[in-house]
Formats: sequence, C-alpha cells, structure tokens
Amino acid sequence: MLRDVSLQVPAGSTLAVLGRNGAGKSTLLRILATLLRPHAGDVLVFGEALPRRGFAVRGQVGLLAHDPLLYRDLSGRENLSYHARLHDIGPDRVEEVLEAVGMRERADEPVRLLSRGLVQRLAVCRTVLHAPSLLLLDEPLANLDPAATELVGPLIGRDSGATRVLTSHDPQAALAEADVVLGLEDGRTAFVTSADKVDAAAVKRLYV
Amino acid sequence: MRTVLTVLRKDLLLELRGFETLPAMILFAIVTFVIFHFGLNQDTIDGQLAAGVLTVTLLFAAMLGINRLFVAEREQGGFDAFLLAPVDRSALLVAKATALFLFLVVLEVIAVPAFGLLLLGPSLAHALPGLIAVLALGDVALAVIGTLVSAIAVQTRARDLIGPIIGLPLLLPALIGMARGAGPLLVAHGSSSPPGKWVAILALYDVVFALLSYAVFDFLLED
Repeated sequence: MLRDVSLQVPAGSTLAVLGRNGAGKSTLLRILATLLRPHAGDVLVFGEALPRRGFAVRGQVGLLAHDPLLYRDLSGRENLSYHARLHDIGPDRVEEVLEAVGMRERADEPVRLLSRGLVQRLAVCRTVLHAPSLLLLDEPLANLDPAATELVGPLIGRDSGATRVLTSHDPQAALAEADVVLGLEDGRTAFVTSADKVDAAAVKRLYV
Repeated sequence: MRTVLTVLRKDLLLELRGFETLPAMILFAIVTFVIFHFGLNQDTIDGQLAAGVLTVTLLFAAMLGINRLFVAEREQGGFDAFLLAPVDRSALLVAKATALFLFLVVLEVIAVPAFGLLLLGPSLAHALPGLIAVLALGDVALAVIGTLVSAIAVQTRARDLIGPIIGLPLLLPALIGMARGAGPLLVAHGSSSPPGKWVAILALYDVVFALLSYAVFDFLLED
C-alpha cells in the first residue's frame, strides 16, 4: 500500500527508491509499469495518465523485477524471440542484447538449467530488448557477479540514456546512481530529495 | 493476429518441451474408458449411453487441460510479460482458447478410436463425419469457456478446485448438446448426421460465450 507519495522524475534522470522490505518499492514500480491499478491519486508516465492511458505507455517501459519473466522450459533465445515478437522487434536485436551480456553461447540452454546470475543477465536482455525510455529496475544487480555487473552497465546503467527508477537494499550503491532519492517507510514518503542533498541519518533511519 | 500466433507458438512449444498437459488428458480419457468398461459390466455400449460416456470422459479430460492452461503464465511471470507488451490483450484469450482447442483435437484423435475399440458396439465409420462436427462444436465451447474459467481460477490459491466448480456448470449446456447430438450417431445403422437442433444449440452457445469471453477477458487480467 502506498500513501502520500508525490514526486516528479525528470526525463533522463534516475530515481532511487529506498526502504525496508515491504516499504512499497516494488508496488511503486508495478504501478509505473501499468501492472497495478492505483486506487486513488494521479500517476503520469511520459505525460500519460495511468491506468487510463496505459496502452500509450506500454512498450516504452522496461521492467526488471524479482521474477525474471522468462519461461523455464524455453531457452534464453526462445524467450527473447517471444518477447521480441510481442514488441514487434526483429531477431537481430535479440542477438545484439545477448552479445552485450555475454550470453550468446549459452542462449540455447533451457532457462531452468541456468544459474541465477545467468538468468538475471537474460532478464536484463528482456528488459532492454525494445529499447525502453523508462527502466524500472527492482534490485537490478541481484545475483550478478562483478564481471556481469560491468556487462549490464551500458544496458541498464546511467549510460543507457533512459529515465530510470531503481530500488536497492544497498543505499550507497543506489545513491551513487541516483539524481533523485525517494525514501519509503511503510508505504509513505519519508523523504524526497536530490541525491547530493541526502541526509545520511535519514537514510539510516529507513532501515532501522 | 500476429500476437495470437506468437503466444500460440510459445504455448505449443512449452507443451512440446514439458509434455505436462496432453499426455495427462489422453491417459485420463483412456483409463476412464477402461473404468467404464468394467463399471458398466458391459462389453459394448451404444446410443445415448455411449454418447454420454464419451462426452463426460472428454469433459473431465478437458478439465485437466483447463486447470493447467495459465499455470506457466502465473508461475513464471508470463502474465506480467504479456501485459507489459503493447499488444491487444484479447490476443491472449484467442491464443489460449486455440491452444486448448488443439489439445482437445489431439485428445480426440486418440481417445475416440480408443473408445471405439474399448466400449462402442457399432462401428465408428458411419458416425465419424457427424461425430467430428459435434465434437468440433463442443470443443469450441470447451476451449472458450475453459479459457475464461482458467483465467479466473489461476488467480486463486485453490485453482484446481475453482476450475471445476465454475467450469462444470457453465459447460453443462455444451455437454448436453454434445451428448444429445452424438447419441443418434452411435447406434447401429443410425443416422450419419447429428440432429440439427443440437448442432444449432451448440453453435449458438459457442458464439454467445465467445462474445462474452471477449468482453470480460481484459478485466480478468487486471491485478
């Protein structure tokens, strides 16, 4: 449940959402992804009001959630080809993103046989396959080793050029990426501020 | 149409990889025929009794498929992935109903001859064209209503229970239509074409539920 959350994220910037488990971070991301319908309040993505204008937003949003949204019995390449067809994207883009995360050699293995780190790399591929303008990243670096973190950086990092909303249980890492920071406590705003003005004590209180 | 084919292709590929649904449906149908064979204590049956046994068996076998239709979407994030794509949501209904229809056709290609061997007295040969028409119309009803019911049931924790509880009453008119349509076909030297009244009722039921499912399916996908 989210209450009294009000902020704007400028295009091309990064919002870091901080808070304990259950604070409402994933709920916020699902609302922005048009997957959850807010009961009250106004949500605008690219100027389009949700959920009424959700169809205008879908396709511009990439969601990297806890669940990789990949079918376990299909290979990585089959999964990405499926998503590419849903987004009306050619097969070349599938190979391009697989190459970018170093997964071309393992892309024909069923997802259920891959390690969590490799599945997360495929999930990153799925998220950026359609070159979304808004990236919703829920713990995006979970299960990734340093080498993989470096590989996915150009796709989902600041250099991607997309507007980003990211959550993390690692405040320092999130703050390093952020332009704007939202602290959530039990679904309510604890603070909203620019990243360079964050009060370290306030961040610490979120996790106490 | 492209989206329908994309989802359908994925569903068929998943079934080919896992073989989780069709073998269970086929095995269930054949085991049920064997059980009827012994339970009725008759070597052969015909007419309305044969039609009833055949259609009830197919209906219960279909429930296995209906219960599993959206499991991969629910458990592996397929719903979210689909909802994030800029596509018509009704495509999921059409694709899933088509997949279920194809599963039912494959089931019947195996189960109907097995029924002819294990239980049916008269030859199937003269009844086959009419039976195909009745089963095809019944399959459309099973596929459309089954998809609708499955989409509701999969959102609940007790999906294996909710599916039959909601689905069987909704499918009862289709079952009656199939059984009454097939009955006259399954007697020795019987009619080779099904009664027009029951064919029309089945067709009407298909159309009504296809339209109803199309109208409400979007709302079922809302979280």
